[in-house]
Amino acid sequence: MIKTILIISMAFLTFAIFVTIYRLVKGPSASDRIQALDVLGINIISGVAIFSVFLRNTGFFEVILLIGILSFIGTIAFARFIERGVVIERRKQSD
Amino acid sequence: MTEMLKILFAVMILFGALLSILSAIGIVRLPDVYTRNHAVSKSATLGVLSILLGTFLYFWIIEGYMNFRVILGFVFLFMTSPVSGHLISRAAYNSKVPLWEKSARDDLKDKEKLAKENMSQ
Repeated sequence: MIKTILIISMAFLTFAIFVTIYRLVKGPSASDRIQALDVLGINIISGVAIFSVFLRNTGFFEVILLIGILSFIGTIAFARFIERGVVIERRKQSD
Repeated sequence: MTEMLKILFAVMILFGALLSILSAIGIVRLPDVYTRNHAVSKSATLGVLSILLGTFLYFWIIEGYMNFRVILGFVFLFMTSPVSGHLISRAAYNSKVPLWEKSARDDLKDKEKLAKENMSQ
């Protein structure tokens, strides 16, 4: 019973990931693509959590935390790049 | 009793998957960047929070194994996901991605114009 529900949830998540990949390919502006990548990371976190329940294995919990942190840092870097043109700004020289 | 609790946690996970599929429908159907951002940054966050809570409760109550890394991931996602949504939306506005043509008003544009006039005076 629980395995059936978990498999159904995995199927839903797979559908959501494919639909997000459609937006990633098509998206008219760069912000759409960054948004799609962010959602993709969140969906992958959900997939890892469901898979660890499915396998009854607690070894994947670090992966959840790690993907969350990496996805957040990547999103911030891309957003800064779009907004200002650089990711890490140089210190302003005194004139 | 244990079987009931198992089913309850599985339904929690199923609810999270349904919310993420809802956000996927939102990201395809909605017209511009800002509405898509609105749809995604709320429902996908709630979906993954529900899934993580279900996972944590499953391993705690059924397996008797308590792991705070999942709770740490829960809190981290709850804090950072709206922030990244805000940053993406602001980057989209500042790089002049157009709004949906049927959107009623753009208060931020007037504010920028007003600030520029005050600067020039």
